[in-house]
Amino acid sequence: MSAAVTEQVMHLSDTAPAARRSHAVFDRSFRVLCMLSAATVLLVLIGILGSIVYGGWPAFREFGFWGFLTGSRWNVAQEVFGAWPAVAGTLLCALIALVIGVPISLGIAIFLTQLSPKWLKGPIATAVELLAAVPSIIFGMWGLFVFAPLVSQYMQVPLNSVVEGVPIVGTILYSAVPSGTGIFTAGVILALMIIPFIASITRDMLDQIPSILRESAYGMGCTTWEVVRHVLVPQTAVALVGAVMLGLGRALGETMAVTFVVGNANRLSASLLDPGSTIASRIANEYNEAGDLQLSALMALGCILFIVTFSVLIVARLLVARIGKQ
Amino acid sequence: MITAIEPTQVRTPAPVPTSGPAPVAAAAKPEPVRIACRNVDFYYGDFHGLKSINLDFRDRQVTALIGPSGCGKSTLLRTFNRIYSLYPEQRATGEIILDGRNILAASTDVNELRSRVGMVFQKPTPFPMSIYDNVAFGIRLNQRIGRAEMDVRVEEALRKAALWTEVKDKLRQSGMGLSGGQQQRLCIARTIAQKPEVILLDEPTSALDPISTGKVEELIDQLKSEFTIVIVTHNMQQAARISQYTAFMYLGEVIEFGPTNQIFMTPTKKQTHDYVTGRFG
Repeated sequence: MSAAVTEQVMHLSDTAPAARRSHAVFDRSFRVLCMLSAATVLLVLIGILGSIVYGGWPAFREFGFWGFLTGSRWNVAQEVFGAWPAVAGTLLCALIALVIGVPISLGIAIFLTQLSPKWLKGPIATAVELLAAVPSIIFGMWGLFVFAPLVSQYMQVPLNSVVEGVPIVGTILYSAVPSGTGIFTAGVILALMIIPFIASITRDMLDQIPSILRESAYGMGCTTWEVVRHVLVPQTAVALVGAVMLGLGRALGETMAVTFVVGNANRLSASLLDPGSTIASRIANEYNEAGDLQLSALMALGCILFIVTFSVLIVARLLVARIGKQ
Repeated sequence: MITAIEPTQVRTPAPVPTSGPAPVAAAAKPEPVRIACRNVDFYYGDFHGLKSINLDFRDRQVTALIGPSGCGKSTLLRTFNRIYSLYPEQRATGEIILDGRNILAASTDVNELRSRVGMVFQKPTPFPMSIYDNVAFGIRLNQRIGRAEMDVRVEEALRKAALWTEVKDKLRQSGMGLSGGQQQRLCIARTIAQKPEVILLDEPTSALDPISTGKVEELIDQLKSEFTIVIVTHNMQQAARISQYTAFMYLGEVIEFGPTNQIFMTPTKKQTHDYVTGRFG
């Protein structure tokens, strides 16, 4: 057999040397093109990182890295810039988004895969996908013109009269400016935006669980909750962490919708219901008319956002690796 | 890997199983009925999967359901713990009497029913937790018991499933790390730990190698002293080896039911004869 193969190869190289050579040229350029494509990713990443570090350098030099990161004043007139209110606002918004969004996403995924009658599956799954397709500007407008007034009227005003003066709870939930915009509102809007992502990934994962495993859990006499809690969720833990981290990544970087509803206050308030700002919203707001040092401070903010999202990615990887090992 | 189980009995190569010297004797002194099917019909949507099934399953006996693919044997098995009701388009009518109650009635608490009627599936389905927790899982669903008692129950179940000696040093490790045969015995241990009355086995050895299959068969033979067992199998030799009663099903109907040796040696229906002699199926 190997003799036959050899003969065939010789036959090829004998009769069509020119064709073979052009093949080789084509193949080499093909490989080079693929390599270049891959290199583009690296180049773009390095280019962006390099230019924002370069752009932010004056601000870092002026205030020091820690000084800039932990500085809580952002005063354009006095040219004093500290990142902390925006960093804290970013993390808080994302946290609120996760706290609200993850359980709802899980609920959607569990309903779709375990409970939904067949005729309802399609409509809900489509609705989830459509939610993912809503442009963020729409979320922003809806949040500002529809949702924020509702928050103001039905949440902030009544809540204020209840929690005013109460220690701790009063600090966290009292809104000095009951305008409806703020960290909490931004978190809710972000939750709506990340739900479709987390829900559809989780649904895919739950769908992949063999029905025999589900049946054997029900076959033990488990309730739906017990099946989900003890069998389905642990079985998909890795993918679940991945999905949550993807949602978190989106929440951290989302700009347009947040800028509309976060309130864009330069100071950090202790209350979740007061206006604040996130890194992305701060940059979007001030970029147009920024002075030299301010521009550099905004670049430096971008740098920090980079670091935060990278850290999230790394933590996600570590978590996935740890769960995978167990 | 291959740890010998204490040979409590020598399995006979002949297709005639252990108990009952003759069909006449078995019919003369039958054990009490544990599950009684009365005119059970089953529908997958519009498809009529089971047609007026009437069968009695004897207490602490192994009853095998045999028949070609699609004959409804798994469907029948899946009515006994109402697992089919996970799927809204599937429904059963008629009566299945267990302990004097019709389990097909809407008022049946299916969670409680399933803790009394355990099920083992075609493939091993260990849960994503440790070996110990897999076995303790079913117990914890229904009872709150102390640590020491739980240890005893887990060991007891693992011993009955002939798995204890193989896993006693790694109870904290994941159940997913065991071999296929061990995983299937773990699933059996998990089922018997709940102390059910009935155990349903849906082709429990179809994914196992011959040695693991032998162990599971030996195990089933031992378990019948405590549990009523219903087994669906494609393997006629297996049915002949381990069951006392056999029902031959075809196209959603029970063609013939009786003591296993009668079904295999002197079947009265031609279809049964053709199937058990391998002429179709």
